[in-house]
Amino acid sequence: MSEPLLSVQGLRKHFVQRKGFPRPRTVIVRAVEDVSFTIAPGEAFGLVGESGCGKSTAARALLRLIEPDAGQVTYRGQDVRSTRGSALKALRRKMQIVFQDPYSSLDPRQTIGSALMEPMRVHGIATGRDARDRAAALLEEVGLPPGALDRLPHEFSGGQRQRIGIARALTLEPELIVADEPVSALDVSVQAQVLLLLKQLRERRGLSFLFVSHDLSVVRWFCDRVAVMYLGRIVEEGPSGRVLADPLHPYAKMLREASPVPDPAQRGVLPRIVGEIPSAANPPPGCPFHPRCAQAMPVCSTTAPRWTSATGGGGVACHLHG
Amino acid sequence: MSATAEAPVAPRVPGWRKALGKARSNPTTLVGAVICLVILAAAILAPWIAPHDPAEQDIISRLAPPGGDYPLGTDQFGRDILSRLLWGARISLTVSLGAIAVACVIGGSIGMVSGYIGGRFDLFVMQVMDVLLSFPSLILGLIVVALLGPDLVNLVVAIALTAIAPFARIARAPTLALKERAFVEAGHALGYSHLRIIFRHILPNILPEVMVMASLWMATAVRVEASLSFIGLGVKPPTPTWGGMTRDGFENILDSPWLAVFPGMAILLLVLGLNMVGDGLRDATDPKLRNE
Repeated sequence: MSEPLLSVQGLRKHFVQRKGFPRPRTVIVRAVEDVSFTIAPGEAFGLVGESGCGKSTAARALLRLIEPDAGQVTYRGQDVRSTRGSALKALRRKMQIVFQDPYSSLDPRQTIGSALMEPMRVHGIATGRDARDRAAALLEEVGLPPGALDRLPHEFSGGQRQRIGIARALTLEPELIVADEPVSALDVSVQAQVLLLLKQLRERRGLSFLFVSHDLSVVRWFCDRVAVMYLGRIVEEGPSGRVLADPLHPYAKMLREASPVPDPAQRGVLPRIVGEIPSAANPPPGCPFHPRCAQAMPVCSTTAPRWTSATGGGGVACHLHG
Repeated sequence: MSATAEAPVAPRVPGWRKALGKARSNPTTLVGAVICLVILAAAILAPWIAPHDPAEQDIISRLAPPGGDYPLGTDQFGRDILSRLLWGARISLTVSLGAIAVACVIGGSIGMVSGYIGGRFDLFVMQVMDVLLSFPSLILGLIVVALLGPDLVNLVVAIALTAIAPFARIARAPTLALKERAFVEAGHALGYSHLRIIFRHILPNILPEVMVMASLWMATAVRVEASLSFIGLGVKPPTPTWGGMTRDGFENILDSPWLAVFPGMAILLLVLGLNMVGDGLRDATDPKLRNE
């Protein structure tokens, strides 16, 4: 494997809240506890897990949209966390984000053209006529007519807005796109179109992706490798074919069984989901998954499992495989 | 291989035009707007439409009742009331417009920056604003004018000072909500500076709320200016001011009531007109009422 495009080591983000009066209690929400992965150039890496497992927080922390508390993020050998000022601005050109909610991701009072030209102006890529031509070309690339340039976001549907959001992410010609649940807020019929667009862009522009999603079928179709997150940690990682078809970790198995299978014969088999995801403010000791795990052993509640390499690529953090 | 748009682009109807249509369909707003425009026109055209020089003293026809050569009568120095009212509208509007413009810019910026930064800084700034807010606007204006001396600029400063806090509050509240929206985060991801995000992306979104506030506070500013003039802390005589004219007229209220009544009615009319416009604008821009 060549030098990774992005490397994340031991990323951590805790949110500290002080609640209560007159004696406030400090609550630490361990949104991201320990996350490590690498993304190779041109690779699509999926991050899956339930709501609240910290996958979006991890994505935002590595982009420094929220400041991580610990860990190391390296982009092409450059330390992301220590970058400041104009170097950070230059780094932002290389990594862009596509948001989940297409309704809040665009400034409601800014025309589409202005939203696409502003980043080019700020980074000195293009101005005036040139910028407008580039913006029109980007719109065409994401499947919108050039007439959309002078319109405002509220004139567009959710799917169209998501295309605009993708076009905006492309204005700076990034190498890596962090897609934070890019299709979860869209209708199923529109999801497929937007996913297809992302895949086309990936192939045409040679983009790398960090694809955050809770939809296993989407991740299987889009990603080369996938990591399964649970309570702020990665519990299993590997090639998406292997992890999603033959998961090793009991949690990954549970996720796979909960994912609908397009086979009428399978109807009626209820997924064995036990319990809710515990609060990240009060994670269980040992393996974070042990209270819900069907195969839990005594050791699971006392000792956190070590990371073990798996046959077929990747690895898993589970005492069953340790 | 079709990745084209899933629906034709909807025809565009700008939000402000919708709001304007709403305001137009409301007769109260319309009447208020007409009142304000008439007074504004009177103030601008005063040098040309005033029948007399506002300072010209006709000693022979002192305290003349309305009618004849003097449509609204004359005061104790024989000056034409109508001409003085027209010229007085200039002072009222200059002071209140100036004060509100200053308060809008300063207060609005404080509110946006404070809300955007958040945390302890926001807490501190808003406490200071609360202290400012706890002074009745007339008292605060009185202190400032008494300290600085009564002239046009000081009057603007005094009234602006009383209006900064409410503008800071009205700008801060929507900023708090907007800064959590993904487009602000997108701005950070695109490498925009904080100033660019505040003034290019948050400001246009809070402008409607601030404008409504401005039209409502204009009425207060007119009232405070008139009150300060009434107690002799306004623009100095012989410059005609509505408040000053009301006070002068008070001395002869029993035998020549028109001296105090006409300027008083001018104040009432302008404040009423501004309030009607402000209420109409508020209803038109309130998203809860817009869809009814």
